[in-house]
Amino acid sequence: MLRLEGLTKRYPTGDEALKGVDLEVPKGQVLALIGPSGAGKSTLIRCINRLVEPTGGRATLDGMNITALGVGGLRQARRRMGMIFQEYALVERLTVMENVLSGRLGYVGFWRSWFRKFPQSDVDEAFRLLDRVGLAEMCDKRADELSGGQRQRVGIARALIQDPALLLVDEPTASLDPKTSRQIMRLICELCEERGLAAIINIHDVLLAQMFVPRIVGLRLGEVVYDGPSDGLSPDVLTEIYGEEDWEATIKKDPDGDDGVDGVEIDRERLEGLI
Amino acid sequence: MAEVSVRAPGRRWSKPPFIKSPGLRWGLYIGATIYFVLASYSILVDVDWQRVYEGLPRGAKFLGGFFPPFPFANIIETGGFEELAAQRLIDIGDGLIESLTMTVTSTAIGILISVPIGLGAARNIAPAPVYLFCRGIIAVSRSFQEVIIAIFCVAMFGFGPFAGMVTLSFATIGFLSKLLAEDIESMDPGQAEAIRATGSRWPQWINYGVQPQVMPRLIGLSLYRLDINFRESSVVGIVGAGGIGSTLLTAFDRYEYSTAATILLIIIGIVFFAEYSAGKIRARLQ
Repeated sequence: MLRLEGLTKRYPTGDEALKGVDLEVPKGQVLALIGPSGAGKSTLIRCINRLVEPTGGRATLDGMNITALGVGGLRQARRRMGMIFQEYALVERLTVMENVLSGRLGYVGFWRSWFRKFPQSDVDEAFRLLDRVGLAEMCDKRADELSGGQRQRVGIARALIQDPALLLVDEPTASLDPKTSRQIMRLICELCEERGLAAIINIHDVLLAQMFVPRIVGLRLGEVVYDGPSDGLSPDVLTEIYGEEDWEATIKKDPDGDDGVDGVEIDRERLEGLI
Repeated sequence: MAEVSVRAPGRRWSKPPFIKSPGLRWGLYIGATIYFVLASYSILVDVDWQRVYEGLPRGAKFLGGFFPPFPFANIIETGGFEELAAQRLIDIGDGLIESLTMTVTSTAIGILISVPIGLGAARNIAPAPVYLFCRGIIAVSRSFQEVIIAIFCVAMFGFGPFAGMVTLSFATIGFLSKLLAEDIESMDPGQAEAIRATGSRWPQWINYGVQPQVMPRLIGLSLYRLDINFRESSVVGIVGAGGIGSTLLTAFDRYEYSTAATILLIIIGIVFFAEYSAGKIRARLQ
């Protein structure tokens, strides 16, 4: 569905952030992108929706060449790619509802959005999504009144209301505590499965990636150095990605020892995340 | 831990100086001191201290003329001045209303024009040609003092509040656009980026991604500018651009210092009130 061919980004300073990345993501597949800081993870997902302009190569979504689109075409293509950010990137002074509905901006006209008169179907969907992420009662709160985990849930709802085919997720847990991180990762993966969404998740927590995501892509200095199943990560592979270090403790010991697999446990954690 | 203890105790530390080269540093200090002494001397040497001494009581007398601050208050008992005093109060009222009208209209017009120019003058959202054009307008607006623009406008449009309104609108543009642009330039790019990623159009992006971030400051600056425009309206009146300034000038021209004092007190009162209410509104915005 998403195909990157020789995607390259060279900044005006001469730094080569991406050196011809080839990657294919089939429909509905979630993959984690790991790699050290500065490996180009952020640049890679921003080159897909062209928040950063790639300097070479192609990115195609369902056969449509994103890299060749004009302004209008790019706007339409961006509607199909929901994005979730590290620092949540909610508009702090807008309400939760406005933040969620801003995901529909690509679909509604300027004056409707200016007067906040979104179509009823959008409002219905917004309430449904807020309910799904557990924030139905928060819709009129200002975004800056929420906790980190709650903000990220709003960010997720904003991305999903776009009705995307693909989620671009940039370090969703980097500003969250370990427990909330797991809840957010679990929520993202569940939602992707429910809706058959593909997702690229930038993450630097290797253990968290292994815990939730079946396919891992390792990026180092702008090049893909690993692409395989998450249990294929060995100390050698991690050394290849990150450099020399003792990796034994980082790798998941028991592939079946997933955290909180039973539903009761999940629900309890989710409720706690609302506090 | 071992490493820390190896560092000998008693090792001295002081904050590194801002200017590293000692020669340059001391040169600047000494040069600035010498300049200050010579400059002060060159001004003070020409002062006629005898004249200053004689002028002090004259100044006191001038100030004394302001009291009591009510038109003709010092001679009103002698009769026949009540009617004139009433007329002066009507003059003051008219001037005041004219000034307030000028203030409000010029601020409103100024804001309306400033917003697009402010957007264009923000480096992070405007393309280079638009940026340079808008910065040009701001530079022109800021480089002329209100009184100079007022003289020009009075020459162009004749005496009266219209010239004053145009003057203050023009001055508002330079002030508000510049500060708005700077606020936009220091906004959080993450929030704006997130809105762009949804596939929004440019005006939607401004409305959702930029406006909420700069709105409190824009409102605060507008209130502040309202305050400034009121004060300036009394200054531009002195060169003929209408408003309370014209009334004030007339009062001075007639040597009616008590009338002038009334006007000054009213101006001070209104500025105080504006300051107080602006503070209240700003506190509610955050």
